[in-house]
Amino acid sequence: MQKNIILTGVGGQGTVLASKLIAAASLAKGYEVMSAETIGMAQKGGSVFSHLRVGEGLYSPMIRQGTADLLLAFEPAEAVRMLPYLKESGVLVVSSHPVMPVTAALAGTDYTGREMVEYLRREVREMHVLDGAAAAQEVGSPKALNVIMLGAALASGALDFLTEEDVIAAIRKKVKPQFVEMNERALRYAGEHGV
Amino acid sequence: MQKAYLMGNEAIGLGALAAGVNFVSGYPGTPSTEVLETIARENRDGRVHVEWSTNEKTGLEAAAGAAYAGARSLVTMKQVGLNVAADPLMSLAYLGVEGGMVVLVADDPGPISSQTEQDTRTFARYAKLPCFDPTGVAEAYEMIQEAFDFSEKYHTPVLFRPTTRVDHGYASLLVKEAAEYTVHEAKGFVRDPGRWVIFPRLSRRAHAAIEKRNAELTHVFSRYERNACLTAGHVHCRKGIASHGVSWTYLEETLRGFALAGYDKKAPRLLKVATPFPFPEHRAVAFLKGLDEVLCIEELDPVIERELTYLCGKYHLDVKIRGKLTGDVPASGENTRDSVYAETASFLGIAPRAGRALPEPPVSVVRPPVLCAGCPHRASFYAVKQAMKGQECLFAGDIGCYTLGNAMPLDMVDTCLCMGAGLGIAQGIGAVEPGRKCFAFVGDSTFFAAAIPGAINGVYNQADMTLVVLDNSTTAMTGHQPHPGTGRTMMGEVVEKVSIEETLRGIGIQVVRTADPLDLPHAVEVVREVAAQPGVKAIIFRSPCIALVKPLGRAAVDEEKCKRCKKCIREIGCPGIVVKDGQIVIDASQCTGCGICAEICPFDAIEVTRLPGGGLPKGARSAQQGKGGRA
Repeated sequence: MQKNIILTGVGGQGTVLASKLIAAASLAKGYEVMSAETIGMAQKGGSVFSHLRVGEGLYSPMIRQGTADLLLAFEPAEAVRMLPYLKESGVLVVSSHPVMPVTAALAGTDYTGREMVEYLRREVREMHVLDGAAAAQEVGSPKALNVIMLGAALASGALDFLTEEDVIAAIRKKVKPQFVEMNERALRYAGEHGV
Repeated sequence: MQKAYLMGNEAIGLGALAAGVNFVSGYPGTPSTEVLETIARENRDGRVHVEWSTNEKTGLEAAAGAAYAGARSLVTMKQVGLNVAADPLMSLAYLGVEGGMVVLVADDPGPISSQTEQDTRTFARYAKLPCFDPTGVAEAYEMIQEAFDFSEKYHTPVLFRPTTRVDHGYASLLVKEAAEYTVHEAKGFVRDPGRWVIFPRLSRRAHAAIEKRNAELTHVFSRYERNACLTAGHVHCRKGIASHGVSWTYLEETLRGFALAGYDKKAPRLLKVATPFPFPEHRAVAFLKGLDEVLCIEELDPVIERELTYLCGKYHLDVKIRGKLTGDVPASGENTRDSVYAETASFLGIAPRAGRALPEPPVSVVRPPVLCAGCPHRASFYAVKQAMKGQECLFAGDIGCYTLGNAMPLDMVDTCLCMGAGLGIAQGIGAVEPGRKCFAFVGDSTFFAAAIPGAINGVYNQADMTLVVLDNSTTAMTGHQPHPGTGRTMMGEVVEKVSIEETLRGIGIQVVRTADPLDLPHAVEVVREVAAQPGVKAIIFRSPCIALVKPLGRAAVDEEKCKRCKKCIREIGCPGIVVKDGQIVIDASQCTGCGICAEICPFDAIEVTRLPGGGLPKGARSAQQGKGGRA
């Protein structure tokens, strides 16, 4: 078994924690894991990504284009940016809520996120869309977006080597006690809402 | 031994601890920073002296001193930091050390967050110092321990140069438990002026000795098992590939894929170079013999390619060496899984698997990094911009988060060269153009690291310049490390803060004013008053990095009052202000209530609600670590 996963979003959306939770849950089940993430200047409001690989035959954390089994995107334009990594039979799980770059607000561009979602629908065989920001409001914290999207990836079946319980165990280990309950609700959101 | 899932830099830090390191210094710089942070975190009994030094030069000198006294020492920095530390390093190469000393220099192919794509392997040859180049997380853990042994055996500092993907990659590996660590005791400094005082006579002798040792090391390194010559396929194959670092792992995986696809007959002979200097000459010759051509896949400089080309001449080998110099692979930039796959396939005559052609996206969404919402640097830049409106100015920038002040609409960085350079550049331009008002912006950590000699230079040489110290009381860009102005050390001590104001007054700068940039009208007034004075004068804009304090409040737009003039968007470029369905909206998840937008709104349409506890530190843990999880 080998799973290649790309997580992407905008600096501050919490891709790193989502990546760490998948890694921790996989390690706890005895899988080999390698990963890499954006650190440094690009974090500050820029595009960020994590490469995450689970299973056998790993030499480095980096993933080749056209070979990712899952693209987990917290923002539609970032999903489009990283789409070349997804293999044709791969699964895309994407939040439809756009994050406006400062440049867009300045230049008054017409980016709405919808055009990106339509583009993705045309190009991707299996795609699961969720308004992560609206879901986060329902769950009670804008910061829950990352774990909600991780829950959507679980519900999609693209992380079939893990169960919800595996990830919840990882949340209990990695997240401060006062936020565990909220994150558990966030993780279950997509499954309960039929995403 | 125990299994652990670690970032490369954590593995290197633990490797240094396992090797019995006694003294660790460094200056933060991506991608090197987490090595020292890991050692500080794991240094529970305080046996290891760990410090963030004021800059790489002082860090390297202190590590050298520790190694003179027989300690095992480590100094960490990024590649451009080595330029700052080059002076002591070049001389130290001649003197050598008593205890093992590793100079860790992290290179940044791409570059991803650096000014240059310089290659520390090339620096190693120039400095005549042995260099270790790990391929991945697990090897880095082992190799740093070997580097200490090696350094001690040959009484020389050694370079250890991981690259970004090794530093910031994560993998599972076996690490030693604390009980298995080597215990190294420093014997103490032994006076010996003939050894420790560098004079031309000593240098002449030392130079000859180094050259002799390095010639011997080509033999020693040819036997070092991490320099490997492998035959992946047929023993009589005529093609070889030489590689190193993380590219080696990309190559291994590519070749495994080709083998699985039935191309085993095309498998090349392989050379893995773990010590680019001194080059493992005899192993490389064994690799070259019998081959027709060799492809060198390396990152940054064509170090291996030049060595192999030289060896072909020296040993009269008829092997065509291909690489960057022959135009077979790109001369610059980072290698990727895809680039190594394509280059290997082409070299071996394997038809590459066609990539998927995707149509152009409907709109292009670019996201250059920006100053955070609520960042006090935004207010400082805006205050200077307002105060100097209509005057011919120069805004010399520097290295740190505040380089991002260059982005539109602030557009307040005219130059940026290297740490501390802004002061000299402002002085040089001011001398040529006396009518121009010259400003040099520098952060607090950069001030201590690199700006003080430039300030003294300005005072001494009668420059006309306004120095603006953007003091957010941390080293923000690299993840919030303490520095001399913060009053905290990596040993957990609370110490006297070094005062920026007193330092500047001590130099002889008469006008030194401190202001809160978030009090915008006052900040603008201070800039006007100070900039009007002759000579070198200074403003310290002091306000903590908003990543370290609780939000001051929340701003909200009153839709009735808002005329959608977009002045807030056009002038300050805060990522927390967005246009949504034609309305100006403040994103509550980003806003920290700095109030700059409210201050500049001509219609009083933005209201800031103060939050209890606003501005207080977020808590010791986040202040220490800087990043860490978010829920």
